[in-house]
Amino acid sequence: MEEWWTTVPIGTSLGNYEISSISHVTMSPSRQNNLVSTHSSFPLSKSSYNVISAFCTEDNIPQCISYINQELDSLGLSSTCIEASSAGGAGLNTVPALNALYELMQIHRRDMSTLEELEKERLKKSNTLDHIQMNNSRLKDQLELSIREKSGLHETERQLQLRIKTLQSCLKTEKDEVQKLQSIIAGRASQSSHDAKRKEREAAKLKERLSQLLVDRRDKKLAIDVLNCVGRSDGKRSHWKTAKATVGHEGEMYKSLLNDYEASQRSLMLENAELKKVLQRMKKEMMHILSPHQPSPRGAAADDSRDQANSDGEETAGDSSRETLDQSCEHAREQLANSIRQQWRKLRKHMEKLDSQASQVQSQLEPQQEVIPREAHEDEMERMRREVQQCKEFIQAQQQLLQQQLNTSFDDETAALLNDCYTLEEKERLKEEWRLFEEQKRNFERERKNFTEAAIRLGREKRAFEEDRASLLKNQFLNMTPFTDRRRCSSSDGQSALSIRSEPETRMSSTKSQPVKSSTSTPNSSQSAVVPSTAELYRTLRLIPDSSTSRHSNQGRWQESSSIEDGDVRVKSKNRVRCGDFSVFSLGEDENSLTS
Amino acid sequence: MNFSEVFKQSNQLCKVSPDGKYLATCVQYRLVVRDVSTLQILQLYTCLDQISYMDWSSDSLFILCAMYKRGLVQVWSLEQPDWHCKIDEGSIGLVSSRWSPDGRHILNTTEFHLRVTVWSLCTKAVSYIKYPKACQKGIDFSRDGCYMALAERRDCKDYVSVFVCDDWHLLRHFETETQDLAGLEWSPNGCVLAVWDSCLEYKVLLYSLDGRLLSTYSAYEWSLGVKSVTWSPSSQFLAIGSFDEKVRILNHISWKKITQFDHPASINNTKAVVYKEVEKRTAVGTDDLSLHNITMGTTFFNTQSKYEICPAPVQIPVVKPDPDRANPKIGVSTLAFSSDSRYLATKNDNMASVVWVWDMQKLSLVAVLEQTSAVRCFQWDPRRPRLALCTGNTKLYLWSPGGCVSVQVPTEGGLQVQSLNWHCSGDSLILLGKEQLCLCYMDIDQEDK
Repeated sequence: MEEWWTTVPIGTSLGNYEISSISHVTMSPSRQNNLVSTHSSFPLSKSSYNVISAFCTEDNIPQCISYINQELDSLGLSSTCIEASSAGGAGLNTVPALNALYELMQIHRRDMSTLEELEKERLKKSNTLDHIQMNNSRLKDQLELSIREKSGLHETERQLQLRIKTLQSCLKTEKDEVQKLQSIIAGRASQSSHDAKRKEREAAKLKERLSQLLVDRRDKKLAIDVLNCVGRSDGKRSHWKTAKATVGHEGEMYKSLLNDYEASQRSLMLENAELKKVLQRMKKEMMHILSPHQPSPRGAAADDSRDQANSDGEETAGDSSRETLDQSCEHAREQLANSIRQQWRKLRKHMEKLDSQASQVQSQLEPQQEVIPREAHEDEMERMRREVQQCKEFIQAQQQLLQQQLNTSFDDETAALLNDCYTLEEKERLKEEWRLFEEQKRNFERERKNFTEAAIRLGREKRAFEEDRASLLKNQFLNMTPFTDRRRCSSSDGQSALSIRSEPETRMSSTKSQPVKSSTSTPNSSQSAVVPSTAELYRTLRLIPDSSTSRHSNQGRWQESSSIEDGDVRVKSKNRVRCGDFSVFSLGEDENSLTS
Repeated sequence: MNFSEVFKQSNQLCKVSPDGKYLATCVQYRLVVRDVSTLQILQLYTCLDQISYMDWSSDSLFILCAMYKRGLVQVWSLEQPDWHCKIDEGSIGLVSSRWSPDGRHILNTTEFHLRVTVWSLCTKAVSYIKYPKACQKGIDFSRDGCYMALAERRDCKDYVSVFVCDDWHLLRHFETETQDLAGLEWSPNGCVLAVWDSCLEYKVLLYSLDGRLLSTYSAYEWSLGVKSVTWSPSSQFLAIGSFDEKVRILNHISWKKITQFDHPASINNTKAVVYKEVEKRTAVGTDDLSLHNITMGTTFFNTQSKYEICPAPVQIPVVKPDPDRANPKIGVSTLAFSSDSRYLATKNDNMASVVWVWDMQKLSLVAVLEQTSAVRCFQWDPRRPRLALCTGNTKLYLWSPGGCVSVQVPTEGGLQVQSLNWHCSGDSLILLGKEQLCLCYMDIDQEDK
């Protein structure tokens, strides 16, 4: 700004102020008030300049100059002193005045920039202050919260303490109670046991007394009544109780005890020997298993030297144990156990190694290895199932046979008895059959009657049919002749509506060579499906006068047909007149539509 | 399998003589002795009152008939029908009577367990043993008949006295470490005596013949304890059934537990075969493959039943016992080893309709027989590993390692089998109803299949 300022001529300083003020405004709205105040001072000063009654007038120029000079002195700008160009004159010595002005301007600039900086600083400070205040309030809130929390915790702690205290007291009372109860129980137990003992003693005393009494009374009933004494079961005579006998008994007892112990010892020894044998064999086998494998893992293993030493020790121990095994000495047993243990350890190590190898191999070969045994398993299962099925069938057959056999044997036994039963049953069956036969016969009769009736009906129908055919043929014949109209009219006169309806039937029978036509159910459709011959066309026209297809296709013969229609209408019975009228009307209409 | 005709009996008193030749039955106050093979009556004795207990002497020569109400015991001889013997315990009363192993002495326990009176048939001599204890099993004779162990109670302590049966000489007398002794049993070889405490405490003590304590076993404390104890015929195992529904097997060397058999309500063991009895009222279908239905042709009037094999997870009906009652119906109350000690059959009281069979070689469950009603009685064939059981209906059930069958007892009116006894040869079986009995003869060749 300073540099920029130096290049700018002084005359634009006011405008520059304007700009700077604007820039101030844009810089921070918060400072607007300040600026406004400063801003307002300029126009004021400006206006004051314009106003005559100002600081300097024509009259007090020297005073003003001196005052200004003083002021400038006080500002430290003593070097430039404004002088009046002419004493008492209105002119000013321009250079020092301009210099002073410039100096002043400079000072002002500087001041302004410092002010700005300070403002900025202040703003920053206030921001920080705000932030700090906010922080402070937040912290205060936190503090308050913490304090509150603390007090809450204190409260709960207090409560818990209280509860603990009550629980402790409870526990104490419970403990006391338990102790009391225990003591009571113990007291009761001792009391009851004491009582029981007392009772038992009393009972014993009573028993004693009772037996005494019984003995004293010389119970006459207490007796044995034997016809004659029997001999001892072993045939020996009974002997007196003597000291010798007692000793004998003792001896017997010890003898039996000794026998028992001996027996048990023998069995134990046998068992021991067996176990030893097994142990020895196992050891041998273990050694056998381990010895050929030793070189290969040895080569690979890192700690083979130690193993080697171990195995050497084992072998010697094993040999010695084998030698001493039969002696079953204490130390031999120790050695044997030791060697077994060592070998076992080795075997286990080996097994573990094998296991890991196997698992590795298996992980590689898993899919194939998994599938094959399963299939085999399934096959086996299938086979077994089949076998079970076979067995079941076999058993079933056997059972049936057995039952049959049972039945037959039963028959044999009671064949004679059953004979009568059988004849009776036979009779019953025959009767039943007879009844059935009768029924069938009746049915047959009925059917026959039906059949004859049907035959009669058929004959009748046949006759009717023949007649129909004759008339039809006649008709046809007559149609072919030149004087068709009148003949036909007369023929149609003779036919009733029913006979008309039976027309297709007759036609069907007459024109068997044309199955396509005969298959159709109504004459209408047949007509539409096949290109009709002249004779047929005539016939159909007579049957259905208002058929549109006929009309459209055979316009040329229309006159003819209409004349037939006329005849028809004329001849038909009274109740059909209306229908005839309608047809005539419709015909006329059609004609109209055709002509139009 | 054949069945004899039905005979009358009362109080389910029916026994085959130890030599297997005779069959003695009591009908009211009469004692009938039949030949087992022909079932013809050989002898008929008349007692003074209704017989409440009957037993053969070991040599099959004498029969003891006790009438507890009268305090009387009558003895009959098979060889001399006119020989008679009557023992009157008088006003002291009688609660139990039994033969001594030699068959020449009778041991009577008087009322209130005042004493045991030993009567000799040889010399008419009488001797008393005082202070016998009233308990589950207070007297036991060793298998060879040499020794008798007797539980005693004096000065509120339990004692065991070992007598020599030959001349009733007291061999050993020792105090046992029990609170309240409940029973004792000799091992079959006669050298170890198992003694167990009452159900309030789980305690089993093993004493040598000379009174030394060999071992003590206790599985747990503070709960109801031992319910039943049985030796295996080989003396190798001691099976202890307890209220916790388990059977514990002790070995004969260290007297430690070898294994324990649980009786779970759901069986997941796939190796065990679960036979479930299924009843049906319709006639036998052709698909019914059980042999007896063909051979017997039992399409009479009763419901048919057969066994079905259930696949592995099987739920067994369990009755929850009332905990406030004394002697709750829970725990293993019955244990029986087969004659070859190979199998053990057990019954847990809260699964009353189920019999469990365990293999003692594999120490595992072999078979479970789930019946439609509660099992009354089961017994092993004395010769073969074959188990017969009955459930109080008209059927007999047999289990063997080969399978399981249910057989209808073809009697008129239907014999409701309450109890059964094997003949000592294992060829026949006595089926006891409430008032009747019937013999069932096994087919020798059938069982060989």
